Amino acid sequence: MAEKPVAIELKNITKHFGSVVANHQVCLKVHEGEILSILGENGSGKTTLMNMIAGIYYPDEGQIFVKGEEVSIRSPKDAFDLKIGMIHQHFKPVDVLSAAENIVLGLKEKGRYDLGRVTEEVRRISAKYNFEIDPTKKVYEMSVSEKQTIEIIKVLYRGAEVLILDEPTAVLTPQETQKLFAILRNMRDDGKAIIIITHKLNEVLSLADRVAVLRKGEYVDTIETAGANEAILAEMMVGKKVALNIARSEPKNTQDRLTVHSINCINREGVKVLNDISFTARAGEILGIAGIAGSGQRELLETIAGLQYINSGEIVYHDPKTGKDEDLCHKTPMQIRELGVRLSFVPEDRLGMGLVGNMDIVDNMMLRSYQKGHSMFLKRKDPRTLAQSIIEQLEVVTPSAATPVRRLSGGNVQKVLVGREIAASPTVIMAAYPARGLDINSSYTIYNLLSQQKENGVAVIFVGEDLDVLIELCDRILVLNSGRITGIVDARHVTKEEIGLLMTKTEESAANE
Amino acid sequence: MIDIIATFVKQAIIQGVPLLYGSTGEIITEKSGNLNLGIPGIMYIGGISSVIGAYFYESSGVELNPVLCVLIPLFCAFFGSMLMALIYSFLTITLRANQNVTGLALTTFGVGVGNFFGGSLSSLFGEGGSISLIRTGECFKATLPFADKLGLFGKTFLSFGFLAYLSIIIALVASWVLNHTRVGLNLRAVGENPATADAAGINVTRYKYLATCIGGGIAGLGGLYFIMDYIGGAWTNGGFGDRGWLAIALVIFALWKPKHSILGSILFGGLYIVYLYIPGLSRSSQEIFKMLPYVVTIVVLVIMSIRKRHENQPPASLGLSYFREER
Repeated sequence: MAEKPVAIELKNITKHFGSVVANHQVCLKVHEGEILSILGENGSGKTTLMNMIAGIYYPDEGQIFVKGEEVSIRSPKDAFDLKIGMIHQHFKPVDVLSAAENIVLGLKEKGRYDLGRVTEEVRRISAKYNFEIDPTKKVYEMSVSEKQTIEIIKVLYRGAEVLILDEPTAVLTPQETQKLFAILRNMRDDGKAIIIITHKLNEVLSLADRVAVLRKGEYVDTIETAGANEAILAEMMVGKKVALNIARSEPKNTQDRLTVHSINCINREGVKVLNDISFTARAGEILGIAGIAGSGQRELLETIAGLQYINSGEIVYHDPKTGKDEDLCHKTPMQIRELGVRLSFVPEDRLGMGLVGNMDIVDNMMLRSYQKGHSMFLKRKDPRTLAQSIIEQLEVVTPSAATPVRRLSGGNVQKVLVGREIAASPTVIMAAYPARGLDINSSYTIYNLLSQQKENGVAVIFVGEDLDVLIELCDRILVLNSGRITGIVDARHVTKEEIGLLMTKTEESAANE
Repeated sequence: MIDIIATFVKQAIIQGVPLLYGSTGEIITEKSGNLNLGIPGIMYIGGISSVIGAYFYESSGVELNPVLCVLIPLFCAFFGSMLMALIYSFLTITLRANQNVTGLALTTFGVGVGNFFGGSLSSLFGEGGSISLIRTGECFKATLPFADKLGLFGKTFLSFGFLAYLSIIIALVASWVLNHTRVGLNLRAVGENPATADAAGINVTRYKYLATCIGGGIAGLGGLYFIMDYIGGAWTNGGFGDRGWLAIALVIFALWKPKHSILGSILFGGLYIVYLYIPGLSRSSQEIFKMLPYVVTIVVLVIMSIRKRHENQPPASLGLSYFREER
């Protein structure tokens, strides 16, 4: 590949967000007529790095060279002028406009605005690279894959020579993925440089010429895919095991608490987000759930909590008080909560589903207990006592119990949320990313809280993203991969590489082994 | 009988003109994602601004030039109401205030300012306290000289002041700009999905400001027409009635398409005065008939909500402020 000219070169790029280092001294090269894949776990800084090339962010340190010349890219427009185009992961074309209208949006072309000419040009580009698109079709009538096609043509229409695609296959079916890859190969043969961000190992191997691996913001290495296989890539991606020293006790008196029988769930876009999921959560045990973001973790927890409709399957709860089996599928979220199944769901924005940011700690306690009591007035005494005890026991740093929750730091918000769920003496606790964005000490407080609950005989389901934590904290780990369970492993005898492979490999590659 | 129908149609068109100005202005505003509920106040300001301009010109003592008689109130109305829209833009776009609250405040403010100046002017007139600018009104009411000679057609369709025709031309031009120009495409994108527009290199703030201010200016011409042409140059506090709200209802009825609002305005104008043409109505049943345009709007809303066609929905980000950082 040495004979091909270099399209873009990055030298020692560093980017901080506050105290978090998103990219540290990253060096990268992509040639014309080449597909480079950027591989890494969630939060390894892939998208941040690419956003710096596309002009969304500006690097703190380091240099970017385009065709050998040092450049400074300060806005998406600068990037366009350098013939660099990025297709973002969450693209949103304007619904009521047609494909062609979306493509010329914002362009300042010379001459009269002539949609007919644009349509012709779009047809020409489509024919050249084998896109299937009707330029006059309205976006709201389109599938996700067609919308993605618009975004790609939009970039090509502006004359891009370097295309960056951020996880383009996340929203596509296998057939659509194959089509997209064929198109990308066409473009490569046309001399364009293509950078594709992904964490699917088989895609890397089948599509890319070279692969650059990032791990926790650090650049690991770039290797040719010809000499690589999934095991090598997975090891580069997850790295060596790091000891964390989380206190983990042996499970005692385990008994089945929650049995999930082959549930299927199809979301609004018609994508199967949960596919034949079966597992058992046991009391006195922490069941970890590992997986690339968006593999169905959220949907799984929500189905158990009664927030998602499932298409088939059943969820059976073994009630320790009565000894009876209860089917959760036909219960309202309120009834499920009364049974003791607690969801301390923590989505990205952290306050999202658990707490109300503008209400104080006491009022947030009452969100769970407002139906108690018989008079029409709220009883504040009990929630206030509860809030005080959570503040004292979990060492929540707050001016008072009357402070709005949104003013607290992330760790303290988390403590309030988890504390409230634990106070209701649940039998099942589900925690999704409870330590996301927290510093080390707060994270350990949360881990220890969950461990305590396990010792008290609660069935804990813990969705995590850091494999080191999952291995050290959990007793068993369930690995989700695009809505399927690819393995349930014993956390005491598993390696990071094994989980990494389960998280990323697809069925075809599993069948080949 | 045919004479009665012809008169009715003519009166419907006359009633429709202020509504058409208001709704065209509001459609342009809403296409940028700004829900300007200050339109009634803005139209009121348009009216009083033209009165102020005309008053100072008529009382300046110089020989009155018919062209200036028209142009001075016209510019006063346009820029007076544009200033109101500028206040709205500054509050909602730059300071990101709530659009509904800002709009309603502006309506109250506009009516208050209009009444204040109306009151002061009428004390200047002294005699009876009524303001009348008949000579300016005559200039606005001037019609084509041969209109009356063309029989029923001429009487019904060609006998209006120039502002009536201008309202239709503006609506057609707005429709053309929205659907057939780059500016229109970008404006629609801003109202639908400002984040996408921003990423495509469109200056969202500039589009929102310009659309809101130009829209406000056009709406203000509705006030001008009402005072100078329909009334004939006389101002009474509160005389404009609920026409501003009717214009906003017309936006919904026209499904955010200026072309539709031309016929819609005539229909609304007709419904607004139909009680005068139905004999034997009591005072109370007249009021029921006056509600008809609003009833029609509600029916349209219900039908549109059931049918859910994407083309007939309001701009997707209507009423929302845009923060670039919140993407």
